[in-house]
Amino acid sequence: MDLNSRLQQVAVVGAAGKMGSGIALLLALELGYRALERPESTFILNLIDMNDAGLQGLVRYLRDQAAKDGEKQINRLRELFRNRADLVDNEDMVREFVFEVLLRVRTGRTLDLARESLLVFEAAFETEDVKLSIYKDLAGRCRPEAWFLSNTSSIPLQALSEACGLQGRMIGYHFYNPPAVQKLVEVIAPSSCSPELVQVAFELARLLRKRTVPAADIAGFIGNGHFIRDGLYAIREVERLAPEHGLVPALYMVDRVSRDFLLRPMGIFQLMDYVGIDVFQLITRVMTKYLGEDLHSDLLERYLALGVKGGQTSSGAQKPGFLDYQKGRPSAIFDPDAQGYAPLEGPWVLAAAARLGPTPEPVLSWKALQKDPDAGTRLAAWFQAIKGMDTLGADLARRHYQASRETGLNLVRQGVAGSAEDVNEVLKLGFFHLYGPITEYM
Amino acid sequence: MPAMPKPVFLAAGAYTISLGPGRREFNPRTPRPGLEHYIQEAGRATLAQISDPGLIDEGVIGNFMAARFNRQGHLGSLMTIVHPALEYKPALRVEGACASGGLALATGIKSVLSGLADVVLVMGVEVQNTVKSLYCADYLAGAGYYAGERKAGPAYFFPGEFSVRAGAYGAKIGPALARQAMARWYKNAVENARLNPSAQEYHNTVPDLLAQGLTPPNPRTFTEHLNLSDCSKVSDGAAAILVASAEGYRRLGLAREDVVEVTGFSQVAANLTTPPPDLTEQTTSRVAATRALAMAGIQAEDAGIFEVHDCFTISGLLSMEALGLAEAGGGAELVLSGATERAGRFPTNTGGGLVGYGHPTGASGVRMAVDLWKQLTGRAGAYQVPVAREHGIMASMGGNDKTVVSLVLKR
Repeated sequence: MDLNSRLQQVAVVGAAGKMGSGIALLLALELGYRALERPESTFILNLIDMNDAGLQGLVRYLRDQAAKDGEKQINRLRELFRNRADLVDNEDMVREFVFEVLLRVRTGRTLDLARESLLVFEAAFETEDVKLSIYKDLAGRCRPEAWFLSNTSSIPLQALSEACGLQGRMIGYHFYNPPAVQKLVEVIAPSSCSPELVQVAFELARLLRKRTVPAADIAGFIGNGHFIRDGLYAIREVERLAPEHGLVPALYMVDRVSRDFLLRPMGIFQLMDYVGIDVFQLITRVMTKYLGEDLHSDLLERYLALGVKGGQTSSGAQKPGFLDYQKGRPSAIFDPDAQGYAPLEGPWVLAAAARLGPTPEPVLSWKALQKDPDAGTRLAAWFQAIKGMDTLGADLARRHYQASRETGLNLVRQGVAGSAEDVNEVLKLGFFHLYGPITEYM
Repeated sequence: MPAMPKPVFLAAGAYTISLGPGRREFNPRTPRPGLEHYIQEAGRATLAQISDPGLIDEGVIGNFMAARFNRQGHLGSLMTIVHPALEYKPALRVEGACASGGLALATGIKSVLSGLADVVLVMGVEVQNTVKSLYCADYLAGAGYYAGERKAGPAYFFPGEFSVRAGAYGAKIGPALARQAMARWYKNAVENARLNPSAQEYHNTVPDLLAQGLTPPNPRTFTEHLNLSDCSKVSDGAAAILVASAEGYRRLGLAREDVVEVTGFSQVAANLTTPPPDLTEQTTSRVAATRALAMAGIQAEDAGIFEVHDCFTISGLLSMEALGLAEAGGGAELVLSGATERAGRFPTNTGGGLVGYGHPTGASGVRMAVDLWKQLTGRAGAYQVPVAREHGIMASMGGNDKTVVSLVLKR
C-alpha cells in the first residue's frame, strides 16, 4: 500500500496536546491540499484526545492556522481553484480551503475512532504505562496493515512494540516542539521495523517539509540523549558551586553562562522549564531503566517535591519552574530554602554577575548571530577569547562546552547517532543551537 | 478647448498622516482609528483655516471601497460629522477607484462653476488597514473589470496589472534601464517622504534606497516585474481642501496669496472592460492632461511643480510621459536625469507621492491637490521647494488608467 492510500485514513492520538496539535496541523494541511489535488479520493484525519475542551480548541487552532497557510500559499490555491467559477477573490479561496481542511477532521474521545486508520500517530504523555495501554488497545482494534508512528522522545521502540504485539509495525517519529515550526523529525526504526514503514516514514517527512535525522533505538535517542545529560551536568555544576556562592546565585550563574557565554537561545534551566521539570524527570527514569546509567538527581527530586514543575499552560505561556517568567523572560529564581522566588534584581544578582566577569567584546547574542552570514567566524573569535579569559564565567563556559561535547561524542561512540554531523544537526535544528556540540571552537 | 467659464480657486488644504506599515505608531495587532477619525481630523484642519464654517455651501467626499474595508456606505452623510454647519446641506460621496479624490475635486469645481455653490468642502478618505494586504488586494481589484478579469488574474491583482506594464515597458526600452528608473523613482519618493512628517515613509531608515529599489522582483512570492518597493503601501488617511469662487474665498477671509486658481481641469473615463490599447502608455492620462493643459492654455513644461499618481513606480514613469514631459519611452531617462527630483527642472511628488506619502486610495487625489496648493503658496514646510514657474499640474488616476482627473493650478 502506498503512502497516498495510507493518507486516506490517518489518526493522531493525544491530538489536543502540545505536540499532538502540531502534528495534527501538519497532517490536516497536507490532507487539505491533497483532497483538492485528488478529488477522487477521500482523506480523513481522526483526532483523538480524552479532553473535549482541548479538541474544540484544536479545531479552532486548525481553522486559524489553515487560513494562515492558505494565505501564504495563495498562488497554489488560485491554481487549484482555477475551475471553480464561484471562487474569485483570495478571500473566497482561503475560506474554501479552510473548509476543505476541516472537512478532513473527525474528533473523538475514544481510540475506536482510529479503527480504520492506516497511519496512527501517537503523541500521548511520555510514560511507558500510558503509551503501552494505548497501543495495547489500538492493537486490538486497528487493521493488521495499520502502522504506528510514536512521538516518544525517549522510550525504545523495540521494547514498546513487543510489549503490545506491534513488532514491525511501529516506528519512532519524534517531532520537536512546536512541530508546525521546527524543521526536525528524529526517525527511530527498531530492529524489527518493516522496511516499507521506514521508507514511508522518510517519504512522509519530505511531504511535510521536515528534515530527518535517523537515530538508533537506544533510550533518549539523540535529542534527549544530549539534553538530559546536559541538564544533569548543569544541576551538578550548581551543586558544586552552591557551597561557595549559594544555591540561587549558582543556578543563576550556570543558566546565564549557558545562554550568554555559550550563546544558546535560552539558558539550560530555562530550557528544562520549557520542557517541564516533571517531563525531564520521567525521561531520566526511562533512560535509567534501559541504559543502566545513573541519571538520578536529588536536587531535581527536591524541586519536584516542592511542586516546582515548569511546563506550559494550555495557551502556551511558560509556567514557573527553576525560574519564573514575565512576558516570557526570566524574572526570578526559585529558592528551595525559602520556598519562594527570588527576583532577578538587586545586589545579589550584581554580585553574582561580577563574580562571573564579563563576556568577550563585542558582545554577541544568539538572536543576532542567527541571521548573520559570518556567524562561524564570529563564534570562532568569541570562543578564542573565552579560552584566554581568567574569569569564573569563562571557566564555567569552557567546562560546560567540553561536557556538552563529550556527551555528543559519546552518542556517536555508543552508536546512538550515525555521525557527529547527525548529533550537530539535531542540536541545531531541534534545539536551535548556533553550532553543534561536536565542534572545535574550544 | 474653452477656458474656465469663471475663476475657481483651491484653499485651506490639509491632510492626516498616512498610517500603515512603515509608520512607527502602526501596529497591525492593536485597534486603530476608523473612517470618522480621519474625516474629522482632515476636515477640521481645513475649517480651522477659515473664518466661518457656515459659509460652506456643499460637501463632496471621494472614497473607493469603504463599503468593503469598513462595511460603511453613505459617506456623504457621514462627512457632516466634520462640523454642525454641514448639517442639512448638500453632501455626496463620489467613486472612481483610486481617482475618487480627483473626482471629488472635479465635482466641487463643477458645483462652483454652476453658480449653485461658492464654497465646497472637498474631501477624500480611505481606511484600508482593516484587512491583511492579501484581502486588501481583493477589494482594490474592484478597480478593474471584476467579472472579466479577476478570476484569471493574480492574487495581488493590481501589482500584477502594473507588473505586466513594467514588463512591456522594459521590453520596449530595455529591462535594465526600466529597473534603474523605477529604483530611482523609489529613492526620490522616500527622500521626499523623509521631509514630510505625515508621510508613511517618514520613518524610513533604509541606508541605500537605490539598492533597495534595484532588488530583483520575485515572481514566486510577488510579481514578475515589480518588487515591493515599487508599490505604494496599504494606507489609512484623509485629505481636505476648499473649492471656492473668487467671492467665496474672500468671504472666508482669505487673500489671493492664500489660494491657487484652477486654470484647467479635465475628467476622463475609458472603457473598463477592454485592455489598455498600449501597455507602455497611459493613454487615458494623456488625453486628460492634453485637455486640462489646453483649457489652461499652457504646455506641461511651463509648470514648475507636479503631482502624479505613482501607485507603482512604473506608473510614475508613465505619468511623466502622459503629461508630455518626455517622449514615449523617455520617462525613464527623464527620471534618471534627475529632472523629477526636488532640485530638478520638474519637481514631482515633493511630499513623497503615493510611494512615499502613502496611498489611502480615495484620499490620494485630494492629497495631491493639497500638496500642490502647499507648494504654490509656500506652505510645504520642510519639503517646500522653490517653485520656479507659476503653474502646477496634477493627475489623479483610477484603476489601470481608466478614470483620470487632471488639474492645472496657478498661484
